[in-house]
Amino acid sequence: MSDSRVATAGEGRVSSLPIRAEDDLLAARHAVRAATLEAGFGLVAQTKLVTAASELVRNCYVHGGGGKLVIEHLVPPPRAGLRLTISDQGPGIGDLEAALTDGYSTGAGLGHGLGGARRLVDEFHLDTSPERGTTVVITRWVN
Amino acid sequence: MSASEIPILRLGTVLLAGLGSELDDKTAVLFADELSRQVADTGARAVVLDITKLDVIDSFAARILVEIATMARLLGARVVLAGMRYPVAITLVELGLGLPGVLTALSVEHALKKLSTPESPRERPGGSRVR
Repeated sequence: MSDSRVATAGEGRVSSLPIRAEDDLLAARHAVRAATLEAGFGLVAQTKLVTAASELVRNCYVHGGGGKLVIEHLVPPPRAGLRLTISDQGPGIGDLEAALTDGYSTGAGLGHGLGGARRLVDEFHLDTSPERGTTVVITRWVN
Repeated sequence: MSASEIPILRLGTVLLAGLGSELDDKTAVLFADELSRQVADTGARAVVLDITKLDVIDSFAARILVEIATMARLLGARVVLAGMRYPVAITLVELGLGLPGVLTALSVEHALKKLSTPESPRERPGGSRVR
């Protein structure tokens, strides 16, 4: 489920934030919220993307030992949107199918984080292995 | 001022707390502990949480809110979440989180009005929106 199209960085502005611990979660949410405002997302779409980012960023430092969040503005053509890449060098997700199932949790959450984040965005790509860690790429289009 | 830096006001037998636009994980956990302690100490019959300003509820925050409601119920108090923003409600539904057992109201005013009437049997255990 890796995403080769993530290497489209010339198209729009890209910013990167470190994710080390819980303190970085609010900063990440703020950055994503600001990006959604700039991109012209409506209120519901803003909230969905910020919430999805919150789930994935928390996973990144809780399960992946930290990593980074990359925010990429996608500009037309073909469509305007935002792409977020959350990556870590952690141990990877052992049972991916289970991790995407509601109610499955190995951490402090309700087990709705990964599967929930997937439902909140238009595109969701996940690459995970013990060697490469975990990278999640989510995209939401404006309108 | 509570340990979580979220003020908890006492209005008779009701505790009222207003959450800000941000709820980080650490603050949420401290607040849940502090609120439970105050429910026990004051013998409060109800807790109204004003979430009008809160613009994100992710699965962790949702879990804490459900835990707060459960702990308060075990201590004999009802919890009403007041003023949830509609984008937050839509997002929670897509996350698959209906906040079971948590009462809700459109506003603090609606919550207080509701709490002044006796609890109806069908409010438990599923929770319902108070109007």
